Amino acid sequence: MSIDAATVRRVAKLARIAEPEHRLEPLARELSSILNWIEQLNEVDVEGVEPMASAVAAKLPMREDVVADGGDAAKVLSNAPKSADGFFIVPKVVE
Amino acid sequence: MSDLNGLTLKGALDALAAKQFSAEELARAQVAAIEAANPALNAYVLTTPEKAIEMAKASDARRARGEAGPLEGASIGVKDLFATEGVRTTAASKILGGFVPPYESTVTANLWRDGAVMLGKLNLDEFAMGSSNETSALGPVVNPWRSRGSNKPLTPGGSSGGSAAAVAADLCLAATATDTGGSIRQPAAFTGTVGIKPTYGRCSRWGVVAFASSLDQAGPIAKTVEDAAILLTSMAGHDPKDSTSLPVETPDFASFVGKSVKGLKVGVPEDYRIDGMPAEIAALWDQGIEWLKAAGAEVKSVRLPHTKYALPAYYIIAPAEASSNLARYDGMRFGLREPGDSLAEVYENTRASGFGDEVKRRILIGTYVLSAGYYDAYYLRAQKVRRRIADDFDAAFKDVDALLTPTAPSAAFGLGERTDDPVAMYLNDVFTVTTNLAGLPGLSLPAGLSSDGLPLGLQLIGRALDEGTLFSLAGALEQAAGFKAKPEKWWA
Repeated sequence: MSIDAATVRRVAKLARIAEPEHRLEPLARELSSILNWIEQLNEVDVEGVEPMASAVAAKLPMREDVVADGGDAAKVLSNAPKSADGFFIVPKVVE
Repeated sequence: MSDLNGLTLKGALDALAAKQFSAEELARAQVAAIEAANPALNAYVLTTPEKAIEMAKASDARRARGEAGPLEGASIGVKDLFATEGVRTTAASKILGGFVPPYESTVTANLWRDGAVMLGKLNLDEFAMGSSNETSALGPVVNPWRSRGSNKPLTPGGSSGGSAAAVAADLCLAATATDTGGSIRQPAAFTGTVGIKPTYGRCSRWGVVAFASSLDQAGPIAKTVEDAAILLTSMAGHDPKDSTSLPVETPDFASFVGKSVKGLKVGVPEDYRIDGMPAEIAALWDQGIEWLKAAGAEVKSVRLPHTKYALPAYYIIAPAEASSNLARYDGMRFGLREPGDSLAEVYENTRASGFGDEVKRRILIGTYVLSAGYYDAYYLRAQKVRRRIADDFDAAFKDVDALLTPTAPSAAFGLGERTDDPVAMYLNDVFTVTTNLAGLPGLSLPAGLSSDGLPLGLQLIGRALDEGTLFSLAGALEQAAGFKAKPEKWWA
């Protein structure tokens, strides 16, 4: 299946990646060639096959609902691009 | 001891135990070798010589107190996908900025618990997405191996290219690595080293930068089968912090190396005989079959009919998981932040400038196959094909104990030779990606040289949690192959 520049623009928007206008056509070609190659999966009979999401068959384990660690605000903030007074500083969201 | 750097992990551990040299002497020799070689090879993206000497001194002190651990004093390189406390971790991406983890990954913590010494962080493809180490934002790694009579720089493979090159060039005794579609085994094959991707869930993923969580698995790259077994024994183990970590005991994997393989049944999957397989790789495969027969194993042909669909299924599943995992890189809490006029623009500019082309390509593919209207046609279908592939293995393992295949469809190729065609690059993983989808262990070991004098690898695939059988078979193949070749140290 081929995808066009408009689709790339939409998908890039969904993925929150700024793609300049001149990159849309080349990306559409690259992604189409990958998707065309993937199309061969349509040859496989998957009727009644249970989808496989994980290589581990076991049920996910439960744990006690208790605090295991915490109180590390300084560590959590140590890599923040911007922080002050124990908070992350982020761009204004609400005017 | 003249050349400490040339030692195997086992050789170094024995010599350290016999007090032939100290951990500090070993670390100093390794640090000097790295300083001399790294400008040419770019295997390390960060060296930590002071930390190495400090850890080595602490190791010597522990040994003097009689508290030596199983890796006491062994100098190890760490793929820069493992978070290391207080040491910059990049995933070879610009988007992590100068990220310094305030925590240690479980796998590396296990190594330090057992006495190992860290030499530094090893280069890789950005977020482990690549098969040639060329997507690294910190520049490609150069393979220590060169074609006979040529100075052309070759890829060490990827994504664990730094790990494989460092081990091959004697810039660490062994290294940690990770494998999502072949990222341990293909670089091991390209560099004449041994690598194993264990069963999914053997090694904790906690503190490993996530690529595709249902496929990612850590493992060692080492100089010998025994070394790989020793390192994996320390890396593995149940970890409550990773909900997919298996609550099982870790055997002493090294105890399987050298065991007789008499009577073991080994399958040869005919579906791996793909069109265009180079004759010398087919010949090496046949040679491997003969070696196993001579060692007393029973070899039989098996079918894995969905093999050819593994790569296309992988290139839906892995990008889908990656697009979700990499959503966290938004410039808010850590890493790079680029300015913009609105919050959305900050996100978009940060991710546009922080991610490289291949990572963006995979995020876009992943976003597309998960988007409304395409989910069933792509993602759900790929998950069903994944089940078919796993079922193929289940059926084969009713008849045989392990499988033998080539590791990669070629020897190491030139840097820049395959960067124009993503699909051609993806085909590197045609023999390795199946085990990631099925969660099975796969081991690559060097078995011969190409006509150009480059290493070629054979792969053994085992049942879930049966790495022991792989180590026994690999030990037998290693002995039969007698692979002793090393790259010429042209960088020194």
